[in-house]
Amino acid sequence: MEILQQIANALTQGAIYALIALGYTMVYGVLRLINFAHGDVYMVGAFIGLFVSRWTGALALSQKVDGSVPLWMTAIIFGGAMLGAALLGMLIERFAYRPLRSAPRLTALITAIGVSLLLEYGGQLVFSPNSQGFPALLPDKNLVQTPSFTLSVVQLFIVVSAFALMVALQFLISKTKIGRAMRAVSIDRAAAQLMGIPTDRIIAFTFALGSALAAAAGVLNSIYQPSIDPLMGVQVGLRAFVAAVLGGIGSIQGAVLGAMLMAFAETATVAVGLSQLRDAVAFSILILVLIVRPAGLLGRNVAEKV
Amino acid sequence: MNSAHFSRRTFVRGAAFSSLSLMLAFAGCKPAGDTTTNGAAPAGNTATTSTETTSGSGETIVIGHYGSLSGGTATFGLSTDKGIRMAFEEINAGKPPLGKKLELVSADDSSQPAQVPGAVQKLIKESNATVLIGEVASKLSKIAAPIAQKAGVPMVSPASTNPAVTQAGDYIFRTCFIDPFQGSVMAKFAKNDLKATKAAILTDVANDYSRGLTEFFTAEWKKGGGQIVDSESYSQGDKDFNSQLTKIKASNPDVIYIPGYYNEVGNIAVQARRLGITQPMMGGDGWDSPKLFEIGGKAVQGCYFSNHYSPQSQDPRVVKFVTDYKAKNGETPDAMAALGYDAAYIVSNAIERAGSVDKSKIRDALATTKDYPGVTGVISIDKDRNAVKSAVILKIEGNEGKYITTVKP
Repeated sequence: MEILQQIANALTQGAIYALIALGYTMVYGVLRLINFAHGDVYMVGAFIGLFVSRWTGALALSQKVDGSVPLWMTAIIFGGAMLGAALLGMLIERFAYRPLRSAPRLTALITAIGVSLLLEYGGQLVFSPNSQGFPALLPDKNLVQTPSFTLSVVQLFIVVSAFALMVALQFLISKTKIGRAMRAVSIDRAAAQLMGIPTDRIIAFTFALGSALAAAAGVLNSIYQPSIDPLMGVQVGLRAFVAAVLGGIGSIQGAVLGAMLMAFAETATVAVGLSQLRDAVAFSILILVLIVRPAGLLGRNVAEKV
Repeated sequence: MNSAHFSRRTFVRGAAFSSLSLMLAFAGCKPAGDTTTNGAAPAGNTATTSTETTSGSGETIVIGHYGSLSGGTATFGLSTDKGIRMAFEEINAGKPPLGKKLELVSADDSSQPAQVPGAVQKLIKESNATVLIGEVASKLSKIAAPIAQKAGVPMVSPASTNPAVTQAGDYIFRTCFIDPFQGSVMAKFAKNDLKATKAAILTDVANDYSRGLTEFFTAEWKKGGGQIVDSESYSQGDKDFNSQLTKIKASNPDVIYIPGYYNEVGNIAVQARRLGITQPMMGGDGWDSPKLFEIGGKAVQGCYFSNHYSPQSQDPRVVKFVTDYKAKNGETPDAMAALGYDAAYIVSNAIERAGSVDKSKIRDALATTKDYPGVTGVISIDKDRNAVKSAVILKIEGNEGKYITTVKP
């Protein structure tokens, strides 16, 4: 039964990684750019969540002895964080990446690292460098409680909402007009533009979408692990990025698969008592996979056309 | 090369490489030594340099405080700084040592080991500090100690409890108890008062303080016939502790000892309660921060930790200190504030007795500190330059630690 608990732990962590990894993979899909600032958008999402909680009074409510936050407040907090982060994502794209659209790829990559550092240290300036408590937005109850296995409302909510968001994303990409446009841009941007697709707008939309998912992950994770600080996106962002590469960057399913693999590897490492090797094991898996399948688990190998 | 035709294969290699270089970049992205003077580092939340006086005619004695004014253990450094500042203001308003006012210069190390040498060097070389006060975290004090020793500047750590800190040399002092005592206090309390026989431990293995406490707690626990049913580890900065806690839960202990710092402890407590762990959790002075209640909330209620003093004490010295501190800072002083306050007074006292600002004479005076009545107890410095004094055990109720008992050395 202990193993069942560990599986539940890993699934929860994996769902959060997956939501972030999707943003990396989608942006890579349309722009061939690794948006290193993505982990920090996740951080900003969590902080927006905190501010909205303060503003709606959810924070004060959750600190009361028998207080609980009503569902509509939780919904507003999620909505606010996702909207705010989507806006931030579009701003980053508009002012940091769009001017470099025709510049060498390395320039954009360095810019991405620059934006990341700007958000981290700007965050320390604006939010203070100290960690802050995050309100319990969901009832802290257990749905299943046996001596060896517990399933909390929070865990279930994270897994269910993360998968709901992923299904919605999959639908959006494969069934809608804008999704078709995103796919077209990802296959060949120049050709898509010639066919009349407003590529700039599609790229901005992709950033907004990825950022909103990251913010959702930020709020979900902060309910689960209630301390947030301006550098919280560094470690998680790096892991989600690895998950995206592991699954095959550019592939939506790959990002989810990679995230789950990362989470399970980490949980297993800690469960056997090697918590210090958590990252080492995860990165070793990445290296091994890339040796065997350089495009990642579900990535497609595209031959270079000359 | 046209970006659209850049091959995926090349990219993935590049990505693996750039993720590596990114990690390196993060590891060293802030240059050491940008930590002193105005608006330090990217922190900017505190004015880190301030002068207590404006006399400025060489008639002041500069005391340097290096501490974590931002970062993972920020409340430690900030509280200590407020404590020192208040003490210096009192001293300067009354009878300053040798008739010279004390000037406090603070340097932020951002709670990061890499930032400590820069901060300390700057205080010694640029600010010409006569005495150094700092750090709270043992890991960081251990980095600064050899630098202070080599420069021949007396260093007084107000709150580093790991025994190794003062072993760096004869210029390194501390005004708090050490971990062999603190660890054994909690082991005895759990055995005698909580009637526990089975303990599980969750240690921060990246932290000398936490490892030390675990070692001394375990030794005393086993000596008392107790059993360690599980021993798990994490590293400072981790956020997910579910895996470790799942194993601890399965081992079914009576108590859980978590000798970490407040940030991680708050998170651990929330995750533990969610996993259905109802046993009391216990820790050391690293728990003492208002942030513990902010992060841990309901989850830390009923937990115990050992500490240097209780602000609820009825000792007139403590009552006066708490009242004055509250009036000045609008918050109840935590132990780090009280320790900073005591350290500042002990330094001032030593300078007065040394009769000069000569660093070796101040060192000798510090070494002979005896029965100094501080707010954290009566302080004497022993031959290993450690303070000998009592500890208190506090139980968390609401947003404060309720005084349970005092343990004498």
